[in-house]
Amino acid sequence: MKKAKIGILALEIISAVLFLIFLFPFFIVFINSAKVPFEITQNPMSLPEDWSNIFKNIAAIWTDKNLHYPESFLSSIIITVTSLVFLNLFSAQAAWALVRTKTRTSSFFFLVFIAAMVIPFQIVMFPLLSWFRELSTLTGIRLLRSYAGILLAYIGFGISQSIFMFHGFTKSIPLELEEAATIDGCNKAQVFYRIVFPILKPIQATVLVLNGIWIWNDFLLPLLILGKGNKVMTIPLAVANFAGAYVKQWDLILTAILMAMVPIVIFFLIAQKSIIRGMVAGSIK
Amino acid sequence: MKRNGKNSLVFWLFLAPVLFAFVMVIVIPFFLGVFYSFTNWSSSARADNALRFVGLVNFQKGLRDPTFGYSFLITIVYTVINMIVINVVAFLLALLVTSKTKLRNLYRAGFFIPNLIGGLILGYIWQFIFNNAVPSLGTFLGFTSWANPANLILAKRTSAIAAMIAAGTWQYAGYIMVIYVAAIENVPVELHEAAQIDGASPFTRMRVITIPMASQAFTITLFLTLVQSFKQFDVNVSLTAGGPSTIFMGKPIFGTELLAMNIYDTAFVSNDLAGGQARAVIFFLVLAVVSMAQVSINKKREIEL
Repeated sequence: MKKAKIGILALEIISAVLFLIFLFPFFIVFINSAKVPFEITQNPMSLPEDWSNIFKNIAAIWTDKNLHYPESFLSSIIITVTSLVFLNLFSAQAAWALVRTKTRTSSFFFLVFIAAMVIPFQIVMFPLLSWFRELSTLTGIRLLRSYAGILLAYIGFGISQSIFMFHGFTKSIPLELEEAATIDGCNKAQVFYRIVFPILKPIQATVLVLNGIWIWNDFLLPLLILGKGNKVMTIPLAVANFAGAYVKQWDLILTAILMAMVPIVIFFLIAQKSIIRGMVAGSIK
Repeated sequence: MKRNGKNSLVFWLFLAPVLFAFVMVIVIPFFLGVFYSFTNWSSSARADNALRFVGLVNFQKGLRDPTFGYSFLITIVYTVINMIVINVVAFLLALLVTSKTKLRNLYRAGFFIPNLIGGLILGYIWQFIFNNAVPSLGTFLGFTSWANPANLILAKRTSAIAAMIAAGTWQYAGYIMVIYVAAIENVPVELHEAAQIDGASPFTRMRVITIPMASQAFTITLFLTLVQSFKQFDVNVSLTAGGPSTIFMGKPIFGTELLAMNIYDTAFVSNDLAGGQARAVIFFLVLAVVSMAQVSINKKREIEL
């Protein structure tokens, strides 16, 4: 048994070393966010001389006229939350309609949604831009450089996978439940909103987590639809702009990165279990 | 359960929002995109004026362009190495966090957390590490040559690609790890106990029990890492921005420009929308064929195992 104990100890040490290596980049960002430029040039690995600099740097980022951090943060939240609400509801109800309606039309739609999952963003991105521009002139609704356009885009790109996940889960709901509700006087829509939608909660969590991480961190779609230097900006877009404008001003760039990471790390620490469970379920289903 | 039953009003109402978004964002742009790749589409030649059919010209131009050929080559190299490194690291991490170590839950969270950081931000962090932290570490250890700008990791093509793989592994290994963890935890404990009684070493048990039982997970993880690597854009932009430059087929080109970035640059930097679109069509075809082949090969092996 002594041998086994030594083995566990060895594994513990290896894991701990790897753990530190994995967290090292976060540590580097953190210590350098509390430095003045001179300290970083001198030694990026040393601990900062005066930790209070971190507040000065954060204040500088918060009020920076080029970065627009508070506005970008707010836009990122508006875009992520609104897309998630619509994606979750729309794909849940669509998946339910597809599962409970056994017609050729419904099988066809399901097949098309699944097939669309192999379409990479790259093949639709350029025509999407010109198509949105045409639509804007046709309808008068601004789709480029606006919330409307990016929300529509996220819903469109997110539904295939979301419908797929809801579809699998909805199939496992016993039909008797819905029949009982119908006998009790629910119409079809009520059956969905009152009975089915609440039962879908576990898979809703998966859909929200997967789409939330994707939308919050996404760079290419906002870059194309919102563009650089626009009023509506997401955090990745703002950080890219900022890093481009303040080349090598690492004290500020790293502080901006730290501030972009903090919300998502806090979110992870709060909802760790459901995030990991959700991501596993999403990939295996 | 009638196959030809009528679709109710609720059916259409419930599907209307997703169908609308799907048609607007994917169906129409997809077909427009395929169509545009055969035309002289540009920012001045739009649908209403001067748009002409040019046949396969954009495709020929793309395939003859050394930058595209080069991007294709290094994307393949990057994808293959990235797939191997990420999966090996992720599998080892999964073995570690499913062992009996005391802090395994903490380790699991630590390995997973980089996955929540977007590729763009992550690329900047690693740019700082490679350009600033590593040279200073070299000075500290007495290797002053590390601080020479010409010796920086991102200043050389091969090491810059390796740097992208390191950053990509840091980001993605934790996610792939949790999939392996789920697979490993699904293996019945009795199997391991029986094998242990028969005298199988931990290594043998892994080879004959854990890996075959996790074969379904391999189909998924290989697919995910394949698609993720092949489509890599964000890390490419923020970590290397395509640099350093190098010579390929007698032409100076970006040494680490992956396909997704090449497509973007063709359209917006070289101002050749139709050319970029044709490359995107090729990109789509290759990705679709390769990923479907990978899944079907893995599925076959799943059954054999």
